[in-house]
Amino acid sequence: MSDATGAFTSDIAAGGATRDVYRPGHGHGSAHGWATGHGQGGPASKFVTVAYGFWIFLLSDIIMFSAFFAAYAVLARATAGGPTGRELFDLTRVAVQTGLLLTSSFTGGLATLAIHRRSMAGTQFWLLVTGLLGAAFLFLEVQEFAAMAAEQAGPSRSAFLSAFFALVGCHGTHVSLGLLWLGTMMAQLWVKGFRPEILRRLHCFGLFWHALDIIWVAIFTLVYLLGASP
Amino acid sequence: MTDIDSRIDEDLDRRDSAPGEETITEHEPAGGLTGYLLGFGLAILLTIASFLAAQTDLIYQPAVISALVVLAIAQMGVHLVFFLHLTTGSDNTNNVLALAFGVLIVALVVLGSIWIMGHLNQNMAPMSAHQAEMMP
Repeated sequence: MSDATGAFTSDIAAGGATRDVYRPGHGHGSAHGWATGHGQGGPASKFVTVAYGFWIFLLSDIIMFSAFFAAYAVLARATAGGPTGRELFDLTRVAVQTGLLLTSSFTGGLATLAIHRRSMAGTQFWLLVTGLLGAAFLFLEVQEFAAMAAEQAGPSRSAFLSAFFALVGCHGTHVSLGLLWLGTMMAQLWVKGFRPEILRRLHCFGLFWHALDIIWVAIFTLVYLLGASP
Repeated sequence: MTDIDSRIDEDLDRRDSAPGEETITEHEPAGGLTGYLLGFGLAILLTIASFLAAQTDLIYQPAVISALVVLAIAQMGVHLVFFLHLTTGSDNTNNVLALAFGVLIVALVVLGSIWIMGHLNQNMAPMSAHQAEMMP
């Protein structure tokens, strides 16, 4: 295609043929601009913009967590003569918690696949399993916090414990809010069915749940495993 | 026809895809049920490797930190690829660039804090026994 004819090709007509959107070696010709990521082709669908906005929220949430991680990394040895991570952390419990949250992320993915099949029973079942696994995770975490507080190792004992409770507690708060959201979505899906806005919300919830698992990966390796290793 | 349905038939290369969208990896190993099973299996393997690295003498002791960090980053990558369906395709450019910026800020905050606070610690005057007693 020469540049002369290319100048008259409209975007709609040019879209008919399958081609490489970046067209390497073609420079910045007027007719070659049909590339994604360049804001061309009109506004994106609401599904894409909503999910992208939620993606930005998740990344800023992770940046907020990075501040808690930085505080913990700096204060991890500031035990003020109190108990250390080695004495406090029960790695069996952490292994079970990791398994629960990882499996709930997996079943959340199965729920997404059921949504794509538009299977109401399958979606509700997998969402319920996801929620139960998340609740079991939360139960173990509350149990751990209660045991630590009973051993005089609460958040006010040392800078290390303040940072620990802030970081892990913030993740636990996210899981609790996620469970609340999950219950709401199950009810909304039940009443309203697979409507576009429900599908968008379910998609955002899936992103949120997977992101929580990513943050837990950082917590269980950097806080628990590193803290408990000699 | 819903919002999602109508777009499946669209030429996927001609629009940006939403983060975590199922359709973009549908015909790839990272998509569908195989993708989730693969991701789940890899995540379990990496988790077991992390616990082994920390709990056994398999790894030279001073290198355990590096091993754990590498395994954690690998597992995050598995989650991003198999669960959040992040690809290097041109329709995913916006999502990947946003993630890259997020990673940059996270690295600045965490590594910068550790670096600066480590130096401040070293430059502190050592505490005398009397001062240590007076600590609240």
